[in-house]
Amino acid sequence: MTADRFDIAVIGAGPAGLEAARVAVEAGARVALIDDNPRPGGQIWRQGPNAAPSASLRDWLRATGPSTNLDVMNATKVAAALDDKHLLLERDGAPALIAYSKLLLATGARERVLPFEGWTLPGVTGAGGLQALVKGGMPVRGERIVVAGSGPLLLAVADTAQRHGADVRAVIEQAPLARVASFVASLSATPSKLAQAVSLARAVGVSRYRAGSVVVKAHGAGRMEAVTVRTRSGDKTIEADRVACGYGLVPNATLALALGCVIDGNGAISVDEHQRTSLPDVFAAGECTGIGGMELARVEGACAALAALGAPVDARLVQQRSRWRAFAARVDRAFALGPAARALPPASTTMCRCEDVSIGEVAAHANWRDAKLLTRCGMGPCQGRICGEAAALYFGWPRVVAREPFAPVRIETLLAACDATGEVQSSGR
Amino acid sequence: MNDLVHVTIDGRTLAVPACTTVAAALALDGQAATRRSVTREPRAAFCGMGVCHECRVSVDGRAHVLACQTLCRDGLVIETGR
Repeated sequence: MTADRFDIAVIGAGPAGLEAARVAVEAGARVALIDDNPRPGGQIWRQGPNAAPSASLRDWLRATGPSTNLDVMNATKVAAALDDKHLLLERDGAPALIAYSKLLLATGARERVLPFEGWTLPGVTGAGGLQALVKGGMPVRGERIVVAGSGPLLLAVADTAQRHGADVRAVIEQAPLARVASFVASLSATPSKLAQAVSLARAVGVSRYRAGSVVVKAHGAGRMEAVTVRTRSGDKTIEADRVACGYGLVPNATLALALGCVIDGNGAISVDEHQRTSLPDVFAAGECTGIGGMELARVEGACAALAALGAPVDARLVQQRSRWRAFAARVDRAFALGPAARALPPASTTMCRCEDVSIGEVAAHANWRDAKLLTRCGMGPCQGRICGEAAALYFGWPRVVAREPFAPVRIETLLAACDATGEVQSSGR
Repeated sequence: MNDLVHVTIDGRTLAVPACTTVAAALALDGQAATRRSVTREPRAAFCGMGVCHECRVSVDGRAHVLACQTLCRDGLVIETGR
């Protein structure tokens, strides 16, 4: 299989990757934009039957539409990083091989979802997960929904559900009210965020917002029927058809880890002021370098593309980047997970959803490796992306390097990898 | 109004708006569970963004396709594991 050659391969078509691709394409570079979703936009600009492209995404499509030096590869997974700057891809079930001069990681973030009793019942989803499903056309009209977890995203999720006809019963935030209140006060430094918070709070209704509370149990037979919430004044059970629970975001650094990039203590890819990772010719931008929101991701995407092109990064971008990094730090402090969110659920609670391994079974082992070998936790199709994060939080076990293939792929793709490895090695000699 | 496309879920035909994800089509079909876990527990889409693999189904005979990252198009044949 011959490799398509690109000056810059951008992995991820969310705000950071789209901005990076646009800047690089406008400078005349030959760019591949690779994303595993069927359409560009990432999580925040996700399109769907009821979700037209946002203004920002429309602008991007208009700006890049006529470009002949941009190859947008949707529904494409990165299966493996091969030697000599090659990537093995699986596009709509078929293998593909590309070669790049510069690699730009804009792999974004995923939700931190934590186990609680009954969290495997149909009707329980992530918080951003529910938003994504609803944007994809999942009906919630008339459903009673509890949104839970932590962070500013919860209000946005509640608002999306409500706009699609759901009855949002409560928004359950683990952070104490005092911290949420001082975070809201700090929003005066970012007027656009303040306006957004006020309009969301007004739409969802402040009376439904409960800080200092966590979801501890989903009840139901075959699907969710109610959810128990723990507050400082005791437990309360709310009847609901769905609970959407997410405790903030964690960087998607799987590919970076496998390449050998230095990762910081929060699991994010370490970058310098030019968005360079610790590896030559590998750049990173957006939430995979630290959770910071869409505005920061866009600025970092532009900076990373300029750096990859060898162009100077303009001072205005650097200034914007500092401003949004300060905002991100305030979010991080306000919504840091407290003891209630970090409390270990009962031992019988499922931890690994792929292999149905309980928390008690995992907790009996000294480290992640032993737990994997002896219980099969983290050995299913998600490759520990869900339970590994919970294990890191509960037991302090370090995150491990994912092995290739990074996602389940077809045997044809693996066979193509064998051929490609031979070719890449011989061409490298 | 969106154009409709027709898909088949476990042998039944369902019309859904174009650009609907397979995960959403499964919900429109009205079944809570779309898969059984290794210990036969009912499961359905969870993370919504291609991470957890709970929503996997067979599409056009291809096993382990993520319903949340696949768009419905006319004639798509979806088989759940429920």
